Amino acid sequence: MAKKERPIKGAPTAQDYKGDVNPDWCPGCGDFTVLNALQHAYAKLGRGNHDHLTVSGIGCSSNLPGFIRTYGMHTLHGRSLAVATGAKFANHELNVVVTGGDGDGYGIGGNHFLHTMRKNVDLLYIVMNNETYGLTIGQASPTTVVGESTKSTPFGNLETPLNPVALAIVSGATFVARAFSSERTHLAELMYEGMQHRGFAFIDVISPCVTWKDEGIYDYWKERVNFLESHDTSDKAAALEQAIKTGHDTQLGLFYHDTNSRSLDQMEPVLENGPMAHQQVGVSPEQGTAIVQRMM
Amino acid sequence: MAKYDFVVAVGGAPGQGIETLGKSLGQICARYGLHVYTYSAYQSLIRGGHTFLTIRISSEPVANHGDEIDLIIALDKNSVEKHIENVRPGGAFIYNEDDAKKQAPDRDDIQLCPIPYKKFSSGIEDRKLQRTALNTCLLGTTLRLVGAEMKVLEEIIIGALLKRKGQEVVDANITVATAGYEHAVENFTQFDAQFEKQEPPLAFVDGNSAMAMGGAAAGVKFYAAYPMSPSTGVLHWMAANARNLNIMVRQCEDEISVINMVIGAAHAGCRAMCATSGGGFALMSEAIGSAAMMEIPIVVINVQRGGPSTGLPTKTEQGDLWQLLGASQGDFPKIIVSPTSIMDGFDTIPELFNLVDKFQCPGMVLSDLTLSMGFTTFEPDSINWQPEIDRGEMITELGETEGEYLRYQITDSGISPRAIPGVPGHVHVVATDDHDEDGGLISDEYTNPHKRRAIMEKRQRKMEGIVKLLPPPTLEGPEDADVTLIGWGSTHGLISEAAQMLNDDGIVTNHIHFKWLYPIDEDVVSEVMANAGRTIIVECNYTGQFARFLRGETGFKADGHIRKYDGEPFMPHHIVDGARELLIGKTELYVPYQEIIV
Repeated sequence: MAKKERPIKGAPTAQDYKGDVNPDWCPGCGDFTVLNALQHAYAKLGRGNHDHLTVSGIGCSSNLPGFIRTYGMHTLHGRSLAVATGAKFANHELNVVVTGGDGDGYGIGGNHFLHTMRKNVDLLYIVMNNETYGLTIGQASPTTVVGESTKSTPFGNLETPLNPVALAIVSGATFVARAFSSERTHLAELMYEGMQHRGFAFIDVISPCVTWKDEGIYDYWKERVNFLESHDTSDKAAALEQAIKTGHDTQLGLFYHDTNSRSLDQMEPVLENGPMAHQQVGVSPEQGTAIVQRMM
Repeated sequence: MAKYDFVVAVGGAPGQGIETLGKSLGQICARYGLHVYTYSAYQSLIRGGHTFLTIRISSEPVANHGDEIDLIIALDKNSVEKHIENVRPGGAFIYNEDDAKKQAPDRDDIQLCPIPYKKFSSGIEDRKLQRTALNTCLLGTTLRLVGAEMKVLEEIIIGALLKRKGQEVVDANITVATAGYEHAVENFTQFDAQFEKQEPPLAFVDGNSAMAMGGAAAGVKFYAAYPMSPSTGVLHWMAANARNLNIMVRQCEDEISVINMVIGAAHAGCRAMCATSGGGFALMSEAIGSAAMMEIPIVVINVQRGGPSTGLPTKTEQGDLWQLLGASQGDFPKIIVSPTSIMDGFDTIPELFNLVDKFQCPGMVLSDLTLSMGFTTFEPDSINWQPEIDRGEMITELGETEGEYLRYQITDSGISPRAIPGVPGHVHVVATDDHDEDGGLISDEYTNPHKRRAIMEKRQRKMEGIVKLLPPPTLEGPEDADVTLIGWGSTHGLISEAAQMLNDDGIVTNHIHFKWLYPIDEDVVSEVMANAGRTIIVECNYTGQFARFLRGETGFKADGHIRKYDGEPFMPHHIVDGARELLIGKTELYVPYQEIIV
């Protein structure tokens, strides 16, 4: 995974964010386009490779930080948002992007997903949602539809799938979108906007699995997705109304964008003196004396 | 002056201000320059239930709550009935006379001190205030019996209450305290041994605060926690001081989030720490290994309480050693340290941070309820607020590395310079999958066995460096001893006193104590054990976790064991009794009987 930082001449391009390791995904996987869109979004933001931190969990899609040329953390299964939150607070000047899959983010990491949204931490979270556990060879995930037979549900899935977009809207995320991996330009634009948003930005990306889903999975989704039209992204109730549409009425685009709420790092007085990683540390003799004085 | 050693205990219901009374008395002692150690036996309830606080006061440093109680303050009816038997003959028992209406306490070998509190508090109009000021009134009586001045209590009441509660509350408390004091002047006999001022005046602190203060001194910038008894005091200190000291404090959704946030903050360049108890630590386990795999330095405090499972939330135990030894899958470098006193908790944190920064691995602190929730006095000038801070081989700026940067470069020491995100020219990925020198996933190369072996050996080589830097166990007392008491962590002060008592009784005893538990050096342990007599390992758990660990690591097998697992901490005489029984060969395992039931 040698991915030395090459000097960027002129405006950065997506190529400048390409890693030296080729993705190990199955040919045709939706994640290739997500990776490509992310490289475009990083390039458009126009900062150095070292100014970004790409954090992931475990799963097919979580291998992404290895294929991109930024600082990266390939953390434990389900824990990427917690690790990313810590890193963001230690150095809030970093552009921190979290990537992963639906099992990682909505299943094992579900609790962190809820609370990171509630706290409105300034991150961009991209979930490559393929409605399956791919790397463990095809079990039902939290977004698998009712009735689908998988290796863990051979007689059909009985459980209702999670609606991540609706969940995000009511849980405190301040930028909520859905995209489809086949619509790369649309996805890259949402990623770019999400990086610029101060607060928790979330994009659920329909990223089809060509191995554990039936043939024709792309056609299946092309028949079902529609771009949001004449929608007011500042209207939370309207956003929720659009988000709960599923099946042949599945909507793509930016559902909700709260430009007023402040992100947690903006509210933290400790960060007023610049990134914590660069601040003075320890206790001064005067502070120490004052602390002990209160104990006497 | 002769050695002063006096034990006061307070019984009552939670919500009656026992902690406040204890703190006030502790502060009064500290102002007199007297040393204090407190132990609180309490229950996991906010209202209802019962609390029994033991405060040992001495002219010399003291590190356990002693064997006998000289004076008991009973704040409710329950305590009057329950604790009348716990005062030593010749001691005193102070209570509200209304709590003994039906049945007066029946003992003729102690001084009974009933207080007409209703009369003293009749001038207080606020009913709640009238109820809650009882503790201050009985403290007034106590001060007279031990020969402390009322004036010091007045100062403490003003300091604690004026800003927070206002003049009315201050006046009410001073009125009832003075009445309690004056009543004692007229009606009760003072103890022979009286408070005498010593220099210097001391400060008063609990173990959790001491560790939090140690973290601040060590340069911790990020602290995260999920509330869990008995570790929550660390969070409270950090939260209260966060603004003043520029430390970020986050309360998380669970302990999994806590440790992963700490790992993220540590990777991005901050010293980061968290504290929990056994159950929370169990949730953190997987991430401990991930810190070792990604080679990120973190400090995790585990304040042990009685296990297994939810166990005894408000009782003590040394039952998590094997949990820490075995936390997380696979082999990886780690450090486990167990502070030996409340103030050692302060020093331990910066010591451990320097080690984990140097060796880029997780460090674990094994405290327990006795140490963390106990209070002690300390000399204000004895605190080192500016300990050495050594961040190890950390790259924070461009231009420090020549040639290609490899995050996990294979080195003789096993230590690879660590660049933090944001530094130009050092872009890399850290992974919980095993990886090569450059961070490339080994499994992506069809599990290259040579690369796996090389990186495994690189990481484990760090252990050789760590073990060389860890101080050996301490040996106190005569070299040629009949009996050697061996302990670890919080029991240091207890075992020292028990050893002294045995020596006073003519049984030549020394004391070997372990603070740095892992890694452990077989040769160093053998050298220390060369001075041992008949060896007895003292620990607060059922299976002898440390005895088994020591035997496994070094082959050393102790002659006898003293263990306690009833939730209450050892008292010195428990050890003395056990040593005697073990010496005459009556048993190989002595489990003392807990006399005081709370």
